[in-house]
Amino acid sequence: MSRQYETVIGLEVHVELATRTKIFCGCSTAFGGAPNTHTCPVCTGMPGSLPVLNKRVVELALAVGLATGCSINQYCKFDRKNYFYPDNPQNYQISQLYLPICHDGGVEIETADGGKKVVGIHEIHMEEDAGKLIHDEWEDCSLVDFNRSGVPLIEIVSEPDMRSADEVIAYLDKLRLIIQYLGASDCKLQEGSMRADVNLSVREAGAREFGTRTEMKNLNSFKAIARAIEGERTRQIDLLESGRPVIQETRRWDDAKEYSYAMRSKEDAQDYRYFPDPDLTPVVISDEMIREIRNRQPEFRTEKKARYIKEFGLPEYDADILTGTKRLADIFEEAVAVCHRPKKVSNWLMVETMRLLKEREMDADRITFSPEHLAKLIGLVEAGTVNGSVAKEVFEKIFDEDVDPERYVEEHGLKMENDTDALQKTVAEVVEANPQSVTDYRAGKKKAMGFLVGQTMKATGGKANPAAVNQILREILEEKQHE
Amino acid sequence: MANVISDEVIDYVGILAKLELSPEEKEAAKKDMGRMLDYIDKLNELDTSDVEPMSHVFPVHNVFREDVVTNGDDREQMLANAPEAKEWQYQVPRTVE
Ligand SMILES: [Zn+2]
Repeated sequence: MSRQYETVIGLEVHVELATRTKIFCGCSTAFGGAPNTHTCPVCTGMPGSLPVLNKRVVELALAVGLATGCSINQYCKFDRKNYFYPDNPQNYQISQLYLPICHDGGVEIETADGGKKVVGIHEIHMEEDAGKLIHDEWEDCSLVDFNRSGVPLIEIVSEPDMRSADEVIAYLDKLRLIIQYLGASDCKLQEGSMRADVNLSVREAGAREFGTRTEMKNLNSFKAIARAIEGERTRQIDLLESGRPVIQETRRWDDAKEYSYAMRSKEDAQDYRYFPDPDLTPVVISDEMIREIRNRQPEFRTEKKARYIKEFGLPEYDADILTGTKRLADIFEEAVAVCHRPKKVSNWLMVETMRLLKEREMDADRITFSPEHLAKLIGLVEAGTVNGSVAKEVFEKIFDEDVDPERYVEEHGLKMENDTDALQKTVAEVVEANPQSVTDYRAGKKKAMGFLVGQTMKATGGKANPAAVNQILREILEEKQHE
Repeated sequence: MANVISDEVIDYVGILAKLELSPEEKEAAKKDMGRMLDYIDKLNELDTSDVEPMSHVFPVHNVFREDVVTNGDDREQMLANAPEAKEWQYQVPRTVE
């Protein structure tokens, strides 16, 4: 009988803060600039340059700490973490070891059995990102771009409170939502503005001591994280079952091969010789600053969801989905502010938007269309300018290319055909051309009606008002029957 | 000298600091380091339990910048400091993952 094992997981989550400038200099943090166009003597580690702390970084770190129930170190400071690597121009990273800004918080997650549990947050500290290294295949050298060097990060270190991949995903989802609602970061895993390192160990069920843990890096999607956890759990159990020890090390997850590899340890091992950074002054956080940030906290998901149900009369299910990502909630509110049709906006988001997201394999975070265009489209449907099927077609254009629906409908001649005389004539022609369907209809095959409606819609290029077509057709068919 | 630095320690410190020392330099460094640790021991004789740890030489705190972009594209000047550059990037010996 094989032994039962328990997986113990803790996470180190790095989140890139949504500031305009870097943490210690006035260089831009904009994504995608040409190499080294956002650099200066400070973020390239030139001797004699001096860092000055960006106030916004402290505010955002505080906001995240308060929203996750952390205690605040009202006297905090920065330390140097020393190591040599070409992406680290100062030969040290400025971080916080001794007095991190936030500590001892937690977020509540839902577990698989429907229960709730709190995942503890050990601490949150502020630090700077490193540069980007590219390996040049041709010349056997590496190239460094320091645009990311000095971009502000917070590292959120959890307690080893998670026991499964599901709990890890639930924790990350919750964390991401809180941070997005705060506007502290966009938290895009794929683009690296949120990164998670997984610390994992296994132990026999019921054991009190933790097993030896490994740290896994290079996880850039929720799916990769789930697969890496399963893979590493299996690897460690296999080792223990065959009587071999788990070695404490850093491993790199290869999502394509679904296996983790030990990263070759740098010659100098993990000895960072932290010491207080003498270039930076301590940060003293006043009660007033904490109060101010607390007052500025936005409406979080629970309150927002309740408000959507109460104020807009949305079903709980819809309210739950819409508040599940900050992006959807923002689009919903902005569109409603323009067209005042909450249920219609919700329907477009719940049905067509969800369908297109699934089809395009996209996260809601990546939606780019403007809410006003959705509001305008709803206006066009309400005014009877376009019919339902044309509206869906136009919406797809809005979703993909953010077209202005009014102009698009105008330019493509998609206005609904309400001209009864013209429609009457088209329907008559369709009936004339399809005697068999007319006979079928009379013989009681009501399905024939659908075919004739379809033919008429086709003849009008899909622009006819379906209600009008139905009515005219029925009149003609009934009439013929009485002849 | 109360503190004696072993060969292992001096080699390890050399690796951390990326320094290669000749045998003579090693011996001299061992002596220097031993003397420094003796001095620290001397300082530790003082009872500082009532003294707050100093984190900065001046009694200042909260020196902040506003979150405003002040630097533009200065890569030509920045890269002038690079030992070698290629395609607007710093060229370094190949790093292994
Ligand atoms: Zn800079």
